[in-house]
Amino acid sequence: MNVPVSITVNGVQHRRDVEPRLLLVHFLRDMLGLTGTNIGCDTSQCGACTVHLDGMSVKSCTVLAVQADGSSVTTIEGLAQNGKLHPMQHAFWENHGLQCGYCTPGMIMAAVKLVENNPNISEEEIRHGLEGNLCRCTGYENIVKSVKAGAGG
Amino acid sequence: MGYVGKSVKRVEDPRFIQGRGKYVANLQLPGMAYAAIKRSPYAHAEIISINTEKAQNLEGVVAVFTGRDLMEGTRLSGPCGTLPCGFVPPNTKVPTHHPLAVEKVNHVGDGVAVVVAESAYIAYDALDMIEVDYKPLPTVVDAKAATKEGASLVYADIPNNTSFFWTLGDKEATKKALAEADHVVELDLINQRLIPNAIEPRAAVAQWDKFTGEMTLWTTSQNPHIIRLLLSGFTLGVPENKLRVVSPDVGGGFGSKMFHYPEEVIVPWLARAVDRPVKWVASRSESYVTDAQGRDHVTNCKLALKSDGTFTGLWVSTWANMGAYLSTFAPLIPTALYITLFSGLYKIPAIWGETWGVITNTVPVDAYRGAGRPEASYQLERLVDLAARELNMDVVEIRRKNLIPENEFPYQTPVAMIYDSGNYQKLFDKVEELAGYQEMRKEQAKARQEGRLVGIGVSGCIEASAPGPSPVVTSLGSAIGLYESGIVRVHPTGQVSVFTGSHAHGQGHETTFAQVVADELGLPMEAIQIVHGDTDRIPFGTGTYGSRSAAIGASALVRCAEKIREKVTRIAAHQLEADFEDMVYDKDNGIIYVKGSPDKSKTFAEIAFTSYYAANLPAGMEPGMEATTYYDPSNFTFPNSAHIVQVEIDKHTGAVTIQRYIAVDDVGKTINPMIVDGQIVGGIVQGVGQALWEHGVYDANGQLLSGSLMNYALPRADHFPKMEIGRTETPSPHNPLGVKGAGEMGTIAATVTVANAVMDALEPLGIRHIDMPLTAEKIWQAIQSSQNGGAN
Repeated sequence: MNVPVSITVNGVQHRRDVEPRLLLVHFLRDMLGLTGTNIGCDTSQCGACTVHLDGMSVKSCTVLAVQADGSSVTTIEGLAQNGKLHPMQHAFWENHGLQCGYCTPGMIMAAVKLVENNPNISEEEIRHGLEGNLCRCTGYENIVKSVKAGAGG
Repeated sequence: MGYVGKSVKRVEDPRFIQGRGKYVANLQLPGMAYAAIKRSPYAHAEIISINTEKAQNLEGVVAVFTGRDLMEGTRLSGPCGTLPCGFVPPNTKVPTHHPLAVEKVNHVGDGVAVVVAESAYIAYDALDMIEVDYKPLPTVVDAKAATKEGASLVYADIPNNTSFFWTLGDKEATKKALAEADHVVELDLINQRLIPNAIEPRAAVAQWDKFTGEMTLWTTSQNPHIIRLLLSGFTLGVPENKLRVVSPDVGGGFGSKMFHYPEEVIVPWLARAVDRPVKWVASRSESYVTDAQGRDHVTNCKLALKSDGTFTGLWVSTWANMGAYLSTFAPLIPTALYITLFSGLYKIPAIWGETWGVITNTVPVDAYRGAGRPEASYQLERLVDLAARELNMDVVEIRRKNLIPENEFPYQTPVAMIYDSGNYQKLFDKVEELAGYQEMRKEQAKARQEGRLVGIGVSGCIEASAPGPSPVVTSLGSAIGLYESGIVRVHPTGQVSVFTGSHAHGQGHETTFAQVVADELGLPMEAIQIVHGDTDRIPFGTGTYGSRSAAIGASALVRCAEKIREKVTRIAAHQLEADFEDMVYDKDNGIIYVKGSPDKSKTFAEIAFTSYYAANLPAGMEPGMEATTYYDPSNFTFPNSAHIVQVEIDKHTGAVTIQRYIAVDDVGKTINPMIVDGQIVGGIVQGVGQALWEHGVYDANGQLLSGSLMNYALPRADHFPKMEIGRTETPSPHNPLGVKGAGEMGTIAATVTVANAVMDALEPLGIRHIDMPLTAEKIWQAIQSSQNGGAN
């Protein structure tokens, strides 16, 4: 039996009837067509699906859509404002913080929250803070560099 | 224009950083249905019966099909063929590989049935309602054990489970070298099974037009044309001219997306059978039991030396686990990409390599980043370290003593390869200098006095990248030549579209290839658009793997640009009433003029328009401005590296910390240093993954115990210090850009460098060798047994 939910995504309110078992990531990708949030695993290890839920960084494969009822979600598509890249997006571009780009949306969303209120974050803190986001291409070095640059921006 | 050699920011990034990557799983087509595949929980079993009735009756299920339906065909969708192997050395026994198993399953994860439903959720619900009656059969998992007398057979017609036996080198000379050596170092080792784990799981979407007979398949592939060829010629049977394969943005490959997979047959077959677009996306758990895996060698190797440390011979016997089927390029990896690299950076007068390719009840093994070359480097560089230890020499000194001298290139090894160029002493000079190697050793001595387990690992590695030319690779067994195609199409306004047969899945071709073409034509990069990954747009291409894109793919574009420059110059000469030989094509400014008269120049765009306007072209010249090239390289290229790493082991826990990582790689000329360094660092981290954490573990029944990201450890951000990266540039003479491959060198070198460092740290305890991955638990056990007086 479907359940009605109202979820505000990137500033727009969406009302839908959903199966109680529907994952937030599938709500975003399949019901709203916001495919920027990628899925890389089924055990909450990779972090590719990271979004912001009421200001917290969460893995959207581990949240049910019904749990997000009444909440506000920001996805990678909602990060740039008025056509201007978020400093973290800009930093990833400047510092070659991505290769295939698949982990990138989750990595950027996690990074934005990681550096919030910590503009002088250390390299060690960044490496520790990104433990829950896997990248198979970059070896993380340029991601760490990007996050450091993005934190100051 | 001077783009080549500069760290130009990537032009592909804006879409990725804003969540607009065009990955296959993002596709949504009208009327689309979703497929999910029922997979075997047994590694080896007869299929007695499959009951799909309950699944078929579930609301929202469109259809359910079994392996037999695919093999025999249905009213709407004809029979499927079996998946071919594209690299078959003489006398190879190739197991039959149905897209879905028909009579028996041969590894955990082998597909047996497929559901098509209105949603992915319903399709997965229906999977649980399919009842399969299996009769379990005996399993074989370990490659060497599988070849022993009395081992159960995976296929009755493949005796000893041995699919092929491949050798290279001089057996008698190597025997003699070992017999006459002052010293022989011998090592039994296991190069463990790895699981690639590109972060994007594989996916396929197919759309069928029954009126035109046109099929489109979007698939996560590194080489869409090869997939189209195999689909058309072997598996699906749709004519090549009506089959379009699109491989849009692909989220990492590392080899694992090179191969023709069952789902690439099943999904388009379904689209025809249910007459709707069909989508399938692998779950990560599914990737673990269906993506081709890597490595898995059991090896015995021996290095013969003179007492002064000079290498005189190398003998390597390897049992390579191929898994349950021969994946598309599988036999190539432990043979022609492996034994041919046994000489490393060294002069070794006599070499013998022999490989048994063994079938087991495990997921198929094929090329994974490095593919054969990391295995070759691993054993040679482990042997060299052990030799240094046994002869009481420094590990750098023994390597330097045996390096191929700069003045001996091109160098013919005893194992078929002719190395193109190199300066290996310089590599070691640079890495020693960057590392402060002598100082590191002094610090290590101090640490050892304090009872700390600090180790320094050194390696010197070779890679053979950009395989070719085609007559050579086909004579080795490849079913297709390894050239690359390119088209440079100049539009009437002077804008340029470039179509390449190469494919990017993280490498940044849209940037680097544009840098090359912009420089060759003297245009701003913004005027160049790179198109790849769609068989309806690009010429027949052979794709991206083997670190071949720059050396072969970009070289094809250089050849195209040469043809364009010539035509542009001929038209300009005609218009300026000058001889062709007197013309200057100014690549810095994109203008063409008569020597000595740059003020009366023609711009590239003017000539481009003229070529289409076609009112006043030289006599006999066709209108238009387009060039096509199929570039076949004259040889492989041979990147090389010297790496040094420092680790410290916590003797109470066995945990390894990487303290410094210093890498000097020579990948020839660099088109974009930022991208090259990114490839090197990313490659190193993947190689370290094998050394310390990653291991695809099967139990005796063929169950994959490390079947998810919860129990297969991938490298994480907090595992690494900042890398210290250096470079030497020895151009390859084998391509117009002087480039070598950059994609795999880091991986090839890093695994053994870290392994050597860990074993160096454990040297004071008398520990000689531990097989990878060098986990804290294994090291702790070794420390305990050494302290208890036991040898490891």
